[in-house]
Amino acid sequence: MANVTLDHVAHAYPGAPGAAPTYALKPIDHMWRNGRAYALLGPSGCGKTTLLNIISGLVIPSEGRLLFDDRDVTRLSTEKRNIAQVFQFPVIYDTMTVAENLAFPLKNRGMDRASIERRVGEIADLLDLRPVLKRRARGLTADAKQKISLGRGLVRADVSAVLFDEPLTVIDPALKWELRSKLKAVHQALDMLMIYVTHDQVEALTFADEVVVMKDGEVLQIGTPADLFERPAHSFVGYFIGSPGMNFLPASLAGGRAVVGEAAFDLGAQYDAPAAGKRVELGFRPDYATLLPAGGLPVRVLRIEDLGRRRLARLGMGAHEVVATLPPDVDLAPGDAGGLHVPREHLHVFVDDLRIEGRSA
Amino acid sequence: MMDKPWSNRAWFFVIPVLVVVLFSSLLPMMTVVNYSVQDTMGQNHFFWNGAAWFQNLLDPTTDIGGRFASALVRNLIFSFVVLMIELPLGIAVAICIPRHGWKVGATLVLIALPLLIPWTVVGTIWEIFARQDIGLLGAALNGIGVHYNDTQDPTSAWATIVMMDVWHWTGMIALLSYAGLKAIPDAFYQAARIDGASRWSVFRNIELPKLQKVLVIAVLLRFMESFMIYTEPSVVTGGGPGEATSFLSLDLVKIALGQVDLGNAAAMSIVYYLITLTICWIFFTIMTQLDQRKGA
Repeated sequence: MANVTLDHVAHAYPGAPGAAPTYALKPIDHMWRNGRAYALLGPSGCGKTTLLNIISGLVIPSEGRLLFDDRDVTRLSTEKRNIAQVFQFPVIYDTMTVAENLAFPLKNRGMDRASIERRVGEIADLLDLRPVLKRRARGLTADAKQKISLGRGLVRADVSAVLFDEPLTVIDPALKWELRSKLKAVHQALDMLMIYVTHDQVEALTFADEVVVMKDGEVLQIGTPADLFERPAHSFVGYFIGSPGMNFLPASLAGGRAVVGEAAFDLGAQYDAPAAGKRVELGFRPDYATLLPAGGLPVRVLRIEDLGRRRLARLGMGAHEVVATLPPDVDLAPGDAGGLHVPREHLHVFVDDLRIEGRSA
Repeated sequence: MMDKPWSNRAWFFVIPVLVVVLFSSLLPMMTVVNYSVQDTMGQNHFFWNGAAWFQNLLDPTTDIGGRFASALVRNLIFSFVVLMIELPLGIAVAICIPRHGWKVGATLVLIALPLLIPWTVVGTIWEIFARQDIGLLGAALNGIGVHYNDTQDPTSAWATIVMMDVWHWTGMIALLSYAGLKAIPDAFYQAARIDGASRWSVFRNIELPKLQKVLVIAVLLRFMESFMIYTEPSVVTGGGPGEATSFLSLDLVKIALGQVDLGNAAAMSIVYYLITLTICWIFFTIMTQLDQRKGA
């Protein structure tokens, strides 16, 4: 168990001689605290798996240092790092029983039989694998196999961190939820550092205490699920987190207001006008924007989407389109005119994709 | 389902295939069956002989039965020996083949080279290679004082034939195993490193189980081919010295074409064929059953 520190870690694959290297992972500084659960979230190819492999030792970063507590492990081999990793596809030893699978890492480290048996029993109880211990591992379902992969990591008591690389990819949707809550329960029971790579925001937000959102090899924001939702630091975070994503409207700032075409949003705070040539956008979440028959800013209803639990209205606002929530008691049809209401605390200003704070007036 | 029109007319389209198969394999095979139950006094006059040829063949006390039994034993020993050498060697070679870069192509071509050589040429190469007067192998061995003479000494003859088969066919097992190894996802190796597994343990617990299906095919192909071997020993040793390397097919050709003993040859062909078929079927059944039982 340890804190894992990334000290200016970056990874680049050598490009053509003379050309600038292409970064799979841009420099990042971060400390992963022991006992917490983190999710690395981002679209495919964003560098999240590279980052995970750097921590596990499968990839040696081209720059920076990796520390487990105070120990520099940057060049240490995987087996010496004491990490556990669960892969996208279940990795089990076909010819062994479940118990032998769980005992394998301990046997390789020369632990005595009695201790192995005790430890395997503990982990089997934790993961509900006790009833299948004597079964051959290859005959089990994918979710049981993933639990075995996890168990093989957890049997070692000195594990510094448990890493998950999209572990639910091949699991039945019905069992995903169950396995995810199992992971969460294991995390609470063992108080270990866990890092979970996924491109599914629901998995990330439900599993993690803190989510790291990545794109194009760059960390855009590290924050709690609420942070990412309420105060996205980057327009990509606003768009990627939440369903549907945040509305973005090109705007210009004038005093305490953001002007979008004909309409003006009252921001309730003062913003300095950004330098010329910078792109200014106003962002707000469909979850906090409501469509009412009157008042607010004038919009036309283009389409109503009934999602069962709630209704979303796609609205025309001048030349732009926005999505807002349609309250249950409001009855509007496509073609109708209405008013858009967004509380000022849910309006965000992004300059060149980065969120800026205003000064309270 | 019930509305589907019921028609057997489609069978007409199968007729051409049936006719071709009839002439290409069924009829020639039936001639062999025909000879196996008849005897002749010459002048193309045949009479019914019942199962006498088969009784003779399967009775080791008769002349032909004794020949057949010893050739069969020789053949089984030969297949066993080459499989025992080629299988582990092929897997070992496959593990050593590089996985990336230009060396892959170069290595694969090199390994596949013996497979591309016609069998008679393989036989000729080894016949010359083994000669004591001018052959590299034969002359060198005798030069360093090892008694080696594949035309007079049965042990030398056997060693030559086995070495030749290993040289000829290990490449195929290596290529099959290489394909099997390439199909193992990286995650398995990564997980094994995290678990602290040794190289032997990786081989024993990951590579070998994952290769199992490929190896079933390899064993079947190698068994069938080595059990039916004819061309190479016929060129190198001609079945000699004495009967030392007379495998079933060599003996069969001697009886059928050398002695024109049609009844014995026909009965032997059929029994030979049935043995090959049965052994392959047993192999296949055992290996697939093993696979299923493990899965349960």
